[in-house]
Amino acid sequence: MNALLSMSPQSMAAQLLIGLINGSFYALLSLGLAIIFGLLNIINFAHGALYMLGAFVAWIGLTQVGPWIGIPDFALNYWVALIVAPLVVAAFSVLIERTMLRRLYQLDHLYGLLFTFGLALVLEGLFTHWYGAAGQSYNVPAALTGPVRIEALGIVLPKYRLWVVVASLVVCFGTWWTIERTKLGAYLRAGTENPKLLKAFGVNVPLMIMLTYAYGVFLAGFAGVLAAPIFQVSPLMGSNLIIVVFAVVVIGGMGSIGGSILTGLGLGLIEGLSKVVYPEASAVVIFVIMAIVLMIKPAGLFGKEA
Amino acid sequence: MTVPTLSAPLQAAPPGPRFTPRATTVLYAVLLALALLMPLQNAIYLVFLMKILCFALFACAFNLLLGYAGLLSFGHAAFFGSAAYATAHVCKALGYGPATGILIGVAVSTAIGFVIGCIAIRRQGIYFAMVTLALAQLLYFVAIQIPLTGGEDGIQNVPRGVLFGLVDLSNDTAMYYVVLAVFVGGFALVNRTIHSPFGAVLQAIRENEPRAVSLGYDVNRFKLLVFVLSAALSGLAGSTKAVVFQLASLADVHWHGSGEVVLMTLLGGVGTVLGPVVGATVVVVLQTLLASAGSWATVVVGLVFMTCVLLFRRGLVGELAPLFRRKARPRR
Repeated sequence: MNALLSMSPQSMAAQLLIGLINGSFYALLSLGLAIIFGLLNIINFAHGALYMLGAFVAWIGLTQVGPWIGIPDFALNYWVALIVAPLVVAAFSVLIERTMLRRLYQLDHLYGLLFTFGLALVLEGLFTHWYGAAGQSYNVPAALTGPVRIEALGIVLPKYRLWVVVASLVVCFGTWWTIERTKLGAYLRAGTENPKLLKAFGVNVPLMIMLTYAYGVFLAGFAGVLAAPIFQVSPLMGSNLIIVVFAVVVIGGMGSIGGSILTGLGLGLIEGLSKVVYPEASAVVIFVIMAIVLMIKPAGLFGKEA
Repeated sequence: MTVPTLSAPLQAAPPGPRFTPRATTVLYAVLLALALLMPLQNAIYLVFLMKILCFALFACAFNLLLGYAGLLSFGHAAFFGSAAYATAHVCKALGYGPATGILIGVAVSTAIGFVIGCIAIRRQGIYFAMVTLALAQLLYFVAIQIPLTGGEDGIQNVPRGVLFGLVDLSNDTAMYYVVLAVFVGGFALVNRTIHSPFGAVLQAIRENEPRAVSLGYDVNRFKLLVFVLSAALSGLAGSTKAVVFQLASLADVHWHGSGEVVLMTLLGGVGTVLGPVVGATVVVVLQTLLASAGSWATVVVGLVFMTCVLLFRRGLVGELAPLFRRKARPRR
């Protein structure tokens, strides 16, 4: 605790921000997982790989596409990539859902997990083959370079990192609002509760399932583009993250959309704090919390006992 | 789409009549004789066969859990790897013989299996898989950070030693027979467990957990027991591997290892006795063939996974065995 008290507000804020950034990614990814699980009953192991795919599509758009199509000056800038890359990833996932994933809905949930695990390995292997295991760097867009000064607290924060937190909070809140407060969201919740009945009311449930999967994956791709300038764009960036996100999902329980957002952010913050207090534990703190939560409340903080 | 029933079982036990006990005995006898004769030939390296035997035992231990209790653990590398580290440390740094090393390795993996099992059985199905994966990852980070494991280098040049002060294991043929004995022992134990009343209760839990509860079985105790047994046998495989290859490394505890053992079992046939052995053989051969292909190996493993899940969920043994049976037993 002494480390915590003796810290300058500057470095304290920096650690908290790093925690909040990680939390934003946890929130975006666990939100996507929760939405997909709710309707498809599939745990998308490929979520981390699709997050990686989002980052790679953005990087390819910025640095590779121009030479490919013969116009070396052409490049998809960050702002375009922020929309286009997740859409590309979502389109890819629709293809997978239509052709393969669809066949697994009637089976045990475990088959969905195993299938998407295989998919994750394929994506990871292909990108390692094409671009190597080393990371590629993605430049921070010009508009977001440089620091932000908050005079009242006397702290300086990098502009881009602040943007990541704000952008993901907006997207998370938007998703929560759509699901909990709009008619479209009501359909989605009804589909989660009882897809057969919803079908009987004339709603095109298979289409809804496809779009839900696409949206969950879109969130992963979006997180990938956000992450590209912060972390190195590498084929392995997703696989380590997804295991932590799984732990986040277990802690939060997948029953509640708002719950998974809050859990993601909260755990990111705790992880950031543990880097200050006891850095050796920061890699494992979320897993330890998961074990404790399982002992006390097995259904997760926001989950319902099945 | 419909929500799958409460605990829709994995497609495990293939339908149709079983092999007659005599046919099974003959099959095992032929396989064992072949295995015993292996050191006489020069075409296949013994070290390669030992690798197959270690992973086959690992897959059998895993299959006991997934195929018969319906529990998908995505963290079995934790047991395999922790036992490998413990054995390597005991044999190298502390200078004990291989028997002591393996014993302590199994003890460590059993203890870790008990702890992880206690936590993981609090959730079912998909959550169980995620919890075991996360806890195994926790162990992986511990293995990276503590000095005992040697970090990125692992523990290298572990002495094979002299078994019981009699058998010099630096001789590959002697080592092979020891590995074979370990495998046969482990396989027999798994086989015995499956066909015991305990195994019958496990299968009842797999098919319908609420019903097993209503029949008065303490489901959690059975689950924990089979989890610990599976962890112990996985540890036995890991310890033996550490002695054979004289190496314990981070690759042993990495989640890729957990994925591989799932693949071996799935490919060979979940819930079949011989499936994991067949699956382990195919996967090890595949890995050896693809060793020079770099990241293509990952792609191929991924594709095999997807194909298995989509097309033949009963695995090689599960799909092929009924064909043989029909030939052997024409309908009257």
